[in-house]
Amino acid sequence: MDYSYTIWIPLLPLITFVLIGLLGGKVKPIVSGITGVLSLTVSACLSIFTAYRYFLVDGAVDGVFQKIIASNHTWLRFTDTLYIDMGVLLDPISVMMLVVITFISLMVHVYSLGYMKGETGFSRFYSVLSLFSFSMLGLVLASNIFQMYMFWELVGVSSYLLIGYYYTKPSAVAASKKAFIVTRFADLGFLVGILILSFQTGTFDFSIITSAEGLATLGNVTSSFIGLSAITWATLLIFIGGAGKSAMFPLHVWLPDAMEGPTPVSALIHAATMVVAGVYLVARLFPVFSLVVPGSLTVVAWVGGFSSLFAAIIACTQIDIKRVLAYSTMSQIGYMMLALGVSGYLIEDSLGFTASMFHLFTHAFFKALLFLGAGAIIHAVHSNVMTEMGGLRKSLPITHITFLVACLAIAGIPPFSGFFSKDEILVAAFEANKILFAIEWLVAGLTAFYMFRLYFSVFWGKNRNYEHEPHEAPLSMTLPLIILAAGAFGAGFIPFSHFVTSTGETFTSHIHWNIAIPSIAVALIGIFVAAWLYKSENDRASSLAASLGILYKSAYNKFYIDEIYLFMTRQVIFKYISEPIAWFDRHIVDGTVNLVGSFVNFVSERIKGFQSGQVQQYAFYFMAGVITLTIVFVYFYSN
Amino acid sequence: MSFLSLFVLIPILTCAAIMLVRSKSNVRWVAASGMVIQLILAAVLVVLYLLERKAGNDAPMLFMYDVTWFKSLGIHYAIGVDGISVAMIALTAIVIFAGIFASWQVDYLTKEFFISLIILSSGVFGFFISIDLFTMFLFYEVAVIPMYLLIGIWGTGPKEYSAMKLTLMLMAGSAFILVGILGLYFNSSIDGGPLTFNILEIAKVNIPIEAQRFFFPLTFVGFGVLGALFPFHTWSPDGHASAPTAVSMLHAGVLMKLGGYGCFRVAMFLMPEATNEMAWFFIILTSISVIYGAFGAIMQKDLKYINAYSSVSHCGLVLFALLMINQTAMNGAILQMISHGLMTALFFALIGMIYSRTHTRMVNEMGGLMKAIPFLSVSYVIAGLASLGLPGLSGFVAEMTIFVGAFQHSDTFHRVVTIVACASIVVTAVYILRVVGAMLMGPFKNEEHENIKDSSWFERISVVSLIIAIVAMGVAPLWLSDMTWESLTPIIDKLDVFS
Repeated sequence: MDYSYTIWIPLLPLITFVLIGLLGGKVKPIVSGITGVLSLTVSACLSIFTAYRYFLVDGAVDGVFQKIIASNHTWLRFTDTLYIDMGVLLDPISVMMLVVITFISLMVHVYSLGYMKGETGFSRFYSVLSLFSFSMLGLVLASNIFQMYMFWELVGVSSYLLIGYYYTKPSAVAASKKAFIVTRFADLGFLVGILILSFQTGTFDFSIITSAEGLATLGNVTSSFIGLSAITWATLLIFIGGAGKSAMFPLHVWLPDAMEGPTPVSALIHAATMVVAGVYLVARLFPVFSLVVPGSLTVVAWVGGFSSLFAAIIACTQIDIKRVLAYSTMSQIGYMMLALGVSGYLIEDSLGFTASMFHLFTHAFFKALLFLGAGAIIHAVHSNVMTEMGGLRKSLPITHITFLVACLAIAGIPPFSGFFSKDEILVAAFEANKILFAIEWLVAGLTAFYMFRLYFSVFWGKNRNYEHEPHEAPLSMTLPLIILAAGAFGAGFIPFSHFVTSTGETFTSHIHWNIAIPSIAVALIGIFVAAWLYKSENDRASSLAASLGILYKSAYNKFYIDEIYLFMTRQVIFKYISEPIAWFDRHIVDGTVNLVGSFVNFVSERIKGFQSGQVQQYAFYFMAGVITLTIVFVYFYSN
Repeated sequence: MSFLSLFVLIPILTCAAIMLVRSKSNVRWVAASGMVIQLILAAVLVVLYLLERKAGNDAPMLFMYDVTWFKSLGIHYAIGVDGISVAMIALTAIVIFAGIFASWQVDYLTKEFFISLIILSSGVFGFFISIDLFTMFLFYEVAVIPMYLLIGIWGTGPKEYSAMKLTLMLMAGSAFILVGILGLYFNSSIDGGPLTFNILEIAKVNIPIEAQRFFFPLTFVGFGVLGALFPFHTWSPDGHASAPTAVSMLHAGVLMKLGGYGCFRVAMFLMPEATNEMAWFFIILTSISVIYGAFGAIMQKDLKYINAYSSVSHCGLVLFALLMINQTAMNGAILQMISHGLMTALFFALIGMIYSRTHTRMVNEMGGLMKAIPFLSVSYVIAGLASLGLPGLSGFVAEMTIFVGAFQHSDTFHRVVTIVACASIVVTAVYILRVVGAMLMGPFKNEEHENIKDSSWFERISVVSLIIAIVAMGVAPLWLSDMTWESLTPIIDKLDVFS
């Protein structure tokens, strides 16, 4: 079992990044693009080969999948026992993520050859895309939590650079800044969580933390702070980091704005890979969450459940197609978080864990497909707003069919992939908590509704007058769509519980028709309502919106969360912390310094008259001094 | 004679050579070649040092040399280096090298400018190699005084005021230091033996605790003034704003490190009991520096002010980490000194270059510069990312070492201040991205900026050399961190006895 070659999977994109970054300006743009595609192709092949070997050949020993450290180098030493390694850790979830990341990234690389053609900064786009692929792969392969944090920051910055790709556009600049700062704030939680966790365990290494001894050490920690144990604090803080990256409520505000980036970027980073990093993080530390502090896991479940409902409601009202998809992403990630939250660690009740990873896997395909499809639509009609579209099914046949596949998959219609993963999540939720199950069942209906609202408004309805006659995208764009559509259709047939489980043991899961039938029913209702409202031109939708009044309005305005944040930063932090500090520094601290200076000046002004250079004056002072001293001596020292 | 003395000699010889040449371009080339030699020498020193350590030489200081200078007072010219001073020397050599190229265009009194600049650097080099307190103090003054001329003559804006303020505040600090040094000197005799200024000798003596209580705060604050300790930092914004580019680079990049270096080499190492007793008070002051500087930077409009406040925050972190009295945190402090030195030098170099093109340093008067000057803009983004602690660049290595080290204390006080200090990473992101967004991105705010030219070759040398150093430290920090870590062992051992 030699997996040491896996180090090249992330290194290849890194080399590409450096090469294109340094030389990209000197070659034709297409050379950069091809370089990016080629290096990703190699990475993707290596990943798929690794997955094949790991899952089907020799990853399991006695039916239990092993954790394999394929490579490890000390990178920075803090103390004799605490150090950051750069390692490669292979286990079912990281191998699964390898495939997802390199595959989707490759699709996006190919797609972008067509989509980004002729853009200024084409080379810059490919170099940052490579940087992102490198960082994301490093993140999932991380063998210790600090390494993960490092790559976590790096994916953050690549996301920043790509959201701000159109840097002359003020809205893109603002969105990139917002994304970075909101996630940075969450990362502060992650960092402090790491500090606490590493202090308690004395290591950053995942395999030690999640080993039986590591968990026992954590279990024995007694120190607490404000009523919560140190480990509860650590896990909750780490979860804040994960929630920030994965756009969970209330740290989701950056995700919809992040749609300012080029659409392929949204597909790769803000749908399929980076935003699920939070889910991956919880999954990575799952033994700690579920065995040591189950309370934190409950928080994960509820945050996930609430976010999925919250986002689904907003998604029903948005008219920018990318924003609908962004809220949909948030909602689907909510599903994954919830599934983790309701799962147990032991193999008997670990369905939620498997379901979560399964959904992550299938979601990557259909959501990337949706975004790339949206890109093809935007490419054709030069608009993001769905009310300006309609009747596109004839002019964009390939996009239309693939988009429909994705919609069916996300809506959970069998036999498309989303059905299988969502069914497992609903079963896990049903067994754990009926309220959470009810929420998710409702969200399943809402999902079907908002996706088909989008689908019908864009591809059906009235044909609009477009500036240019819309036409199908070039092959470089449609080919990824077709491949992804195959994935979105077929990914559900993979028996995930044979491969990816919490303990590494395997089990066989079945479709639970008693749960599946109601959920299919609610999805169909959603689709029919959407068809009734949007399939043909009518005013049912607007009258429905009007009758919902304030509810519709606040959902349309995203429940005013952005406004609250703006108020907090502008009106509270800037106005009542930063400005007073700046004033205090200039006027009080510096004022004191200047005062000392002026005081010395003042005194010297007063006494400089003594040094006038006039002999008469000196003689006068001299005589006055003599007389004064005489008087002093005569009167005070005479006796 | 140890070859270390070359670090002081080469700058002096370079100055002499500059005096001999006539034309401005020759002056520049002589200055540049002198500093290239210095840079090579620094690289050689690093290699020799590492080889010597590898060979098993575990003396606290290597390459020592000692010659009596003034016998009756026990003043020696005593030099030697450990891993920390080697790292600082390397930093200084890189920054002065970049500084020479960044000031290629100085046109007014060119000769005098380069002479003052290089004299200043010889003071800094001398400071880092000294192990005799008197020599150290002497070099300290050599480094501080040319600053007055450099700002007062070649500066911009209210330069006389700023130069005066900066020099007077630093002088006041050095008065404190002098008292502290004399205090150490008069307590340095072992059983009535001769008095000494030698740091290694004084370290063997237990200074009476009463004396420590008096002299520790004096020395610490004295060096702290140069290390931008709150509330003695206000020379920094005005001073940097008025200083010419290379002077800002050297000052923030290297001179402020003299403060931190002196704080632990003199104040903490020689007076460990008082350090342990009074650390809590200075920890509070430095945590204020960290947060206060960062929040202060958000509201500034002048690029140099932003960077000056950012330096207050970052240098505050240096002193903060030193006071944690923990080997990891202190190692982080050393790394932070180097990292901050590199990135702040890069910042000031870029600000100077941008200013020379746009003729403004006001963030809100610029916009969209990325299109006009991509090289400088991308470099500015890199400097910004280093400053906000992006992994792969130097800032991350230093900050994380500090945070992990500081968090090894298990009491609530240390924990809370550590978390407060951690919070600065968010605030830093805010002010860095604000500038990047407003100045480099978006549409042009001023039409004249559309046609400005990107960097010239000498500017590229300056910027690229700094970026290489930042990336190298960020990507492969282990050798550096291990080198400084070892050298901290004697210091931390002495401090731990009294904790």
